[in-house]
Amino acid sequence: MRHEQIETNSGLLIALTLVVISIGGLVEIVPLFYIEETIEEVEGVRPYTPLELLGKDIYQREGCYLCHSQMIRPFRDEWLRYGHYSLAAESRYDHPFQWGSKRTGPDLARLGGKYSDAWHVQHLTAPRSVVPESIMPNYPWLLENDLDYSDVADRMRALRKVGVPYSATDEGYRANVERHGPELADQLDIAQAEDSLLAQAKSANFDGLAGRITEMEALVAYLQVLGTMVDFSQYDEGYFAEFR
Amino acid sequence: MAHATATATQQYNYDIVRKFAIMSVVWGVLGMSAGVYIASELAWPFLNFDIPHISFGRLRPVHTTLVIFGFGGSALFATSYYVVQRTCQTRLYGDRLAELTFWGWQAAVGLGAISYMFGITQAREYAEFEWPIDLLITVVWVCYFWVYTMTLRLRSQPHIYVANWFFMAFILATALLHIFNNLAVPVSLTGFKSYSLFSGVQDAMTQWWYGHNAVGFFLTAAFLGMMYYFVPKQAGRPVYSYRLSIIHFWALIFLYMWVGAHHLHWTALPDWVSTLAATFSVMLLLPSWGGMINGIMTLSGAWDKLRSDPIMLFLITSLSFYGMSTFEGPLMSLKSVNALSHYTDWTIGHVHSGALGWVAMVTFGSFYHLFPRLFDAKLYSQKLVYVHFFLATVGIVLYITAMWVAGIGQGLMLRGFDEYGNLAFTFIETVSFLHTPYVWRAIGGALFVLGLLVMVYNLIMTSVSARRHSAAIEAKLAAKMAG
Repeated sequence: MRHEQIETNSGLLIALTLVVISIGGLVEIVPLFYIEETIEEVEGVRPYTPLELLGKDIYQREGCYLCHSQMIRPFRDEWLRYGHYSLAAESRYDHPFQWGSKRTGPDLARLGGKYSDAWHVQHLTAPRSVVPESIMPNYPWLLENDLDYSDVADRMRALRKVGVPYSATDEGYRANVERHGPELADQLDIAQAEDSLLAQAKSANFDGLAGRITEMEALVAYLQVLGTMVDFSQYDEGYFAEFR
Repeated sequence: MAHATATATQQYNYDIVRKFAIMSVVWGVLGMSAGVYIASELAWPFLNFDIPHISFGRLRPVHTTLVIFGFGGSALFATSYYVVQRTCQTRLYGDRLAELTFWGWQAAVGLGAISYMFGITQAREYAEFEWPIDLLITVVWVCYFWVYTMTLRLRSQPHIYVANWFFMAFILATALLHIFNNLAVPVSLTGFKSYSLFSGVQDAMTQWWYGHNAVGFFLTAAFLGMMYYFVPKQAGRPVYSYRLSIIHFWALIFLYMWVGAHHLHWTALPDWVSTLAATFSVMLLLPSWGGMINGIMTLSGAWDKLRSDPIMLFLITSLSFYGMSTFEGPLMSLKSVNALSHYTDWTIGHVHSGALGWVAMVTFGSFYHLFPRLFDAKLYSQKLVYVHFFLATVGIVLYITAMWVAGIGQGLMLRGFDEYGNLAFTFIETVSFLHTPYVWRAIGGALFVLGLLVMVYNLIMTSVSARRHSAAIEAKLAAKMAG
């Protein structure tokens, strides 16, 4: 075919362009949904509890992902600094993913449990009061704002539609009991969303404020669970390499 | 002469071009100023002032959106509507539909920017618009496609000029990317919040397939379309090689779509995808440089214009930056280089050598060519174009040099070990190191904005003098009639 035919026929130009630009995405994206080794088989990864979920939404609202990655690469310096490299399985319930693209601050993929709740509250309110050289903005409003959890069940329902196994039926609930035990299954049950959010906030009291549930409460709950779901002592070194 | 331009204005729809061009400049000033501000926040964090709406995390998408979609997008609407009319020698199809694309696009950009300041965001880089705005963009884009295609069909020239291939590829690819990257389920129909359809590794792949092709098609293919009209026009010479433009067009649009995963090297994305992406990124160097060579060589035989025509200086410099950043890109997509550069400011510098050096410079050159024609006047001051050019160039060089220092420096510090095999630096030590380059980056950005303000003044004075000139002619005419 002579190129002249394409450049004198707008329909042909459009059709051929569409074909040419579709191939790359088809080859690289579609198989990721079908090749089983794409996501590692690993125990412990679960959906966020209602409180953690609202924390993740606040994390996104404030644009934390623009300066903090949640994706540790398999290098020695990152292993020493952050811990085991991140697995695909660990972000399987992240809609959207929070891998990030820039580390103006450190990676947060395994932040959970590294610092106390009180440290996080202090650090988020005034980062330079604990790390003098920090350039992170202060987030004083997280402690001032009461957490709005009125639509947490709606949020879980939306996530259920995109594949997160929050339970809306007895069957789903029983599956969660089997996988995560009764205590967690209750927290992943949409009907009990508000109750379990209040219960978690009350028992853990992440923000350190008695009688109030602030946005800080949810955000710290989220930060404290990051990277803690998989018990890496259960797997030998070579296991995850098979999936890469 | 006056008569010829009068009929030209009726023959072509210049009104829509004017509107988009003016808004492009407006968004450019706002978006780049926002950029200087967030750059300053990183250098002097007190500038966050504990105000949620202007804290770095919320203001950064405002900067990227205003610059990419506000400034870049409006510039592309303006120039594509102009180029398609001129090269097809026909009036733009559908005045009202085109008008709708204008108001729809401006509304989307404005609403988007405001919504981010209130924390409403999809948290997907360069696709932060929440679902109602995404729907608005989709409607605008379908109208744009229709206006463009119908104008092509109504052309009175047998051939579709090369600039239009690039604009068409940009329209189609952007539609494809926008739709698939923004698939989401809203929490409720009355609120903004939604969750993306995909998660984790598949979501990351989709997002960077989008993210890199926002660069590839929005910020490259389309601006090549702009280049293919305004460079030959300003040089007064035909495009250097017709054959080269065919080859590099098809190669460019084919290869670009494969390279997004180089943003995900060494992550939990399977190795086969990132290896493919790296391979295609290296291959992409060829069509990228094909475009650069075709543009720069168009000036062959008329190199003296670089001495006498500041507009040409903008256009050719933009192509040089295009060549430089499309060499740097494949370099950074190599896994070994990426291991150091990823997550650092080197990436930010790379983006800006493309966005400021290529996208903004080619737009400025084109606008200096375009505005006098849109306002039927002579450009107010050539000298100020030179001033703008030097402010912009010095600004870019400061910016990217600062980011090379910051990125490579931080990358090296983070992987540094002492003689006992312990990490040589804590993370916060690298943050302290970043301060000086961050200050220089803010200064470079400020110079660039200053240059832009010089252009604004020049363009305003051009339209004012046009108005004065036509008023004077009318007065003369009236006097003659009275006499």
